Amino acid sequence: MALPALVLFALFALVPMAIVIYLSFTRWDGLGSPAWAGADNWREALTSDVTRHALWLTVKLMVFSWIVQTPISLLLGVFVAGKQRYRALFAVFYFVPLLISTAAIAVIFKNLLDPNFGLGAALKLPVLGQDWLGDPQLAFYAVVFVIAWQFVPFHTLLYQAGARQIPASLYEAASIDGAGRLAQFWHITLPQLRYTIVTSSTLMVVGSLTYFDLVFVLTGGGPGYATRILPLDMYITGFQSNEMGLASAISVVLVVAGLVVSLALVRFSGFSRMRSQQAGM
Amino acid sequence: MPARIPSHVLVATSAAVLALTLTACGSSGRTAGGSSGDGALAWALTQGSEATFRASATEWNKEHPDSKINYQFFQNDPYKQKLRTAVGAGNGPVLFENWGGGGLKTYVDAGKVADLTADLNADPEWKNRIFPSVLESTTFDGRTYGVPVNGVQPVVLYFNKQLFEEVGAEPPKTWDQLLALVKKFKAKGIAPISMGGASKWPDLMWLEYLVDRVGGPEAFAKIAAGGKGAWSDPAVLKAAEMIKQLVDAGGFAKGFTSVSADTGQAEAQLYTGKAAMILQGSWAYGTMATGSPKFVSAGNLGWSGFPAVSGGKGDASNIVGNTANFFSLSAQASAKDKKTAVAYLRDGVYNDTYIDSLLKNGDVPPVKDLEAKLKATDNADWTTYVYGLARDAKSFQLSWDQALTPELGNELLTHLDQLFLGEISPQQFCAQMDEAAQE
Repeated sequence: MALPALVLFALFALVPMAIVIYLSFTRWDGLGSPAWAGADNWREALTSDVTRHALWLTVKLMVFSWIVQTPISLLLGVFVAGKQRYRALFAVFYFVPLLISTAAIAVIFKNLLDPNFGLGAALKLPVLGQDWLGDPQLAFYAVVFVIAWQFVPFHTLLYQAGARQIPASLYEAASIDGAGRLAQFWHITLPQLRYTIVTSSTLMVVGSLTYFDLVFVLTGGGPGYATRILPLDMYITGFQSNEMGLASAISVVLVVAGLVVSLALVRFSGFSRMRSQQAGM
Repeated sequence: MPARIPSHVLVATSAAVLALTLTACGSSGRTAGGSSGDGALAWALTQGSEATFRASATEWNKEHPDSKINYQFFQNDPYKQKLRTAVGAGNGPVLFENWGGGGLKTYVDAGKVADLTADLNADPEWKNRIFPSVLESTTFDGRTYGVPVNGVQPVVLYFNKQLFEEVGAEPPKTWDQLLALVKKFKAKGIAPISMGGASKWPDLMWLEYLVDRVGGPEAFAKIAAGGKGAWSDPAVLKAAEMIKQLVDAGGFAKGFTSVSADTGQAEAQLYTGKAAMILQGSWAYGTMATGSPKFVSAGNLGWSGFPAVSGGKGDASNIVGNTANFFSLSAQASAKDKKTAVAYLRDGVYNDTYIDSLLKNGDVPPVKDLEAKLKATDNADWTTYVYGLARDAKSFQLSWDQALTPELGNELLTHLDQLFLGEISPQQFCAQMDEAAQE
């Protein structure tokens, strides 16, 4: 049963990865044949300021994405898990961003955030008319915001599903004991959602390593190096500067970072020891 | 899983699927190679001159049924990667459109492009038809690897005549006049210059012109030759300082670093009266004529050359920009395909109907003795101006991001972006570029 899967995995994942590792030791511009370069690319990838900055930005993006998205989607998810009818209606509108493709979202926000013809100019609100994507200080946070706008609905959906699984009897018992809404949230909802938090966080953290399309269309890595995250650095190095060897080394760094992060998450969050929430109640 | 499928069925199916995918790749690779019976294959871009290319192929194929030309068209950005992959894998087309300069040179160095020098020399009438300054973009070590196929694209300074009248200003002839204009327009609440800085390459036009005006074409010649310390040349440093001066004076419209050049929003600032000037390639004329036909037809769009710099070495007639797009011939094409392609480039490109078609499209080809034809076009003022610029220029410098290797070109754009943002000083800019050039 496992054989076809293994063959496909080997053919489309392991073989290309082996080729990339080989390429990372060569100098190749995409034309002609790769020339052996020893550890040159690795030395450059690990010491160059640009790549180190890109790695730092990727980590920063990971942290900010988590900090911004988790509380919002947790609260919204618990809120829309309630039973009132208006919430269902609200949720329908709320999940709309899930349906829009990333490139479309990037194009929309690029236009909305334009300082001359964007939202700020249209509504005559100078506060909104900041140079969101052109100011090196602001551009990174604008990216964090747009990513949150895109992904919060998805994580809200996860939390909504998680919150609906919590047995009503817990809340009944708590209110008999005189716990208020805040106490109920703190002592029942949050602990019961811990596995959902782990799942959602894993998706967020590992996903933030691969944000490419949105940032590429929105800022192209600029202004300057302000939003040049690691996947974008790899793309620009490989396909715009035609340094395939160096780009391969960067992509291996990216794969290793992804593996380390997901392994760490599984190990320290207790993801591997997860059991039914009902039994361990 | 609801129904269990026996594993051998899965293995067989996946093997079949794989076999299909692989053969599909193989066969499409072969047709893309152009060795099939229906003629030489040419790859070109969807933007710009597509209509002209199509019409010329139809005409050519009617007259030469034995040696046909077939076009395939691609969008700009994916095209560059597709071409590189296909040529790298030996599956490239017979003819391919390119931009000359460092990009083409990487293909030449890899031995992928045929030398056209002998063919051009064998037919002086063909060679002499083309502006020599334009052919230079595809000439390396005295050998020519491509011929131009569309219009010249010099960079000019456009201005909004209405706004100039409003403040009582003349188009700037010198750098000092330009700086004075910046103050004048700012005082009236008008942005002096708009620019699509998010795309980075419009920044480059300022550097190219300033380095030329201060140090003459020799300054860039040294850079292109890879001379040590060429980026720290006093002319480059002076130009970088002048850029900083202009940015600090508030010369560029608010938020210029987030305006993308591809969406036409920088040009829109000019014709909506938000900004007074823009430095852009000749294609911006088309952008504005499409964006606001009324503005252009009412004669509100003005244009002039880049201002002179007092005490500078560069001639004020020198221009920078894209010389043209070129067709190059694959070194791997069969002898028959090569013969067809050369004949097509000689007789099928830049013939009378071809040139008329380009002119109708607003393109001005770098071909000698066009004055009479230009006068008959709809926008004769503009086409005559562009033609005169290209014809009379003492030097026509290819855009640096194309003249240099793609690697260095990319570094240049990013560092220049930082200079415009004020993140690095002019000295740092020069030092960082020198460092990048030595790698």
